[in-house]
Amino acid sequence: MSAFPAPRVPLTKEVPIMIAASVPQRAGVGLKAQHYRDILDDGPDLGWFEVHPENYMGAGGAPHHYLTRVRENYPLSLHGVGLSIGSDGPLDKDHLNRLKALVERYEPGLFSEHLAWSTHDDVFFNDLLPVPYTEETLQRVADHVDEVQDAIGRQMLIENPSTYVAFEESTMGEVEFLSLLAKKTSCGLLLDVNNVHVSAVNHGRDAFAYVDSFPLHLVGEIHLGGHAPDTDDLGQPLLIDAHDRAVDDPVWALYDHVLAKGGAKPTLIEWDNDVPGWSVLFEEAKRADAVLEKHKAGITHDCAA
Amino acid sequence: MTALHELQQAFSAALKNADEEAPISVRGRPGENPAKRFGVYRNNVTVSLVEALISAFPVVHRLVGDDFFRAMARVYVGLHPPRSPLMFAYGENFPDFVSDFPPAASLPYLSDIARIEAAWRRAYHAADEKPLAIEAMAAVEQEKLPGLRLTLHPAVHVVRSRFPAISIWLDNRGEERTEQRIDMSSAEDGLVTRPALDVEVRRLPSGGAAFIDALQSGATLEAAAGAGADDGRRSGARFELSDHLVGLFQSGAVVSLNLATVVPSGSAEL
Repeated sequence: MSAFPAPRVPLTKEVPIMIAASVPQRAGVGLKAQHYRDILDDGPDLGWFEVHPENYMGAGGAPHHYLTRVRENYPLSLHGVGLSIGSDGPLDKDHLNRLKALVERYEPGLFSEHLAWSTHDDVFFNDLLPVPYTEETLQRVADHVDEVQDAIGRQMLIENPSTYVAFEESTMGEVEFLSLLAKKTSCGLLLDVNNVHVSAVNHGRDAFAYVDSFPLHLVGEIHLGGHAPDTDDLGQPLLIDAHDRAVDDPVWALYDHVLAKGGAKPTLIEWDNDVPGWSVLFEEAKRADAVLEKHKAGITHDCAA
Repeated sequence: MTALHELQQAFSAALKNADEEAPISVRGRPGENPAKRFGVYRNNVTVSLVEALISAFPVVHRLVGDDFFRAMARVYVGLHPPRSPLMFAYGENFPDFVSDFPPAASLPYLSDIARIEAAWRRAYHAADEKPLAIEAMAAVEQEKLPGLRLTLHPAVHVVRSRFPAISIWLDNRGEERTEQRIDMSSAEDGLVTRPALDVEVRRLPSGGAAFIDALQSGATLEAAAGAGADDGRRSGARFELSDHLVGLFQSGAVVSLNLATVVPSGSAEL
């Protein structure tokens, strides 16, 4: 049972009919082109898949062919990387229309984007850039979230970022900012547990305290991913949100804590660079499923008691 | 002008230009110079765009090697940052850039290889259409053949090269291993298309490129054959229309036949 079931959306004639399927409280993985055939041949017992909609905005060909096949067999989540919700400038209307068309075509169970900006004056930086946490930013981001939710006719989730710098302008914390954003717009939240760990290490804060203050009841999805170690100018650890390796042990520990407090949530393994073979990725998902099962069992036990 | 706009303006300027200081309000740990932290963003932007070009132009990358490609791509990224979040379309004018990039002048065919790869990617994402079998031609009355127009698959692209670019590309993709040395003095034209899911690249016989170009811009079969024959004559080859037609249909490049005497609006501007 997902907290955010997808509404039925009228379909256009040329698109195959798909029944909207909500994303279950299980592990999913990011769908990669190099795994299309493995997945369709093996039909792995996996809860769901996630894609970046930007990779499926071409007219046709293999991406749509395989995503359609995958969608026939699994629930789907769309996780945008190009809307630039955190820009002071207006949203790209063409991009919003493309997104709307994809949501109608594939009926994802979840749609999410980042608390970040990536476009300024028409230049797309292809990175998730940080925003200062101010009233002004909050209003701007809230306006953008309202615009997106109106356009696609459904709730979206906003993801907490991994950051390498902070801003002197900030007048509130990240959790307060996200909580107020959800209150203003009725959006849900995507809790990226790796981002919590990365940002906590990078800014010398306590990741567990962050989670303890987070409105977990608003979380519709969790992300787990790998990060690369580096050091800052003082020689202190600086973690880079690289998505290029397995999930690190402190992130698994933090994930366990999140589920203990907030209950099971659909959980994605994000592995976007140096993508391993399908079996390695699938094993990582099974590990997340095992943690989810443990907490589902715990909750059942609590209810029965 | 909002404070957020000003901050993003300064942040963007510093991302684009390594000599530009990070915005003054950027903070690291207490007492830390945040320049290195800001550099993570600068590096992410550049490296991710360079990586996008590597995945879009794998044979160019292979031919010049990783160091050269990255150095060249960094110059391109600085001059031509993306204007859209659709990274699968980034680098459309990379072939033109390569052809004018002085350090690559010793590989004069390199930009043609880039053109094949740009066409390959457009074909990969092109709209789906079902190819028409050549048997459909049998239904056209003989006297109507000269005025027939062919609608080509949206994935069809023609690449012309003064070099054996198609052979070099096929060899480096591992799609065709040639035992002999490629004759660098021979010019080649190629057809890039995608009859179903897989993009296919093949050499075109002499005159074929002009023939397909003409068909694509809405010319009748007669006019297109004329264009093909003119082009073929320059290289001393005879233009056999039936051979070219068979090749075109076998490539899955034709999707419909049009006998109307009036060109449908829009098709002439392709």
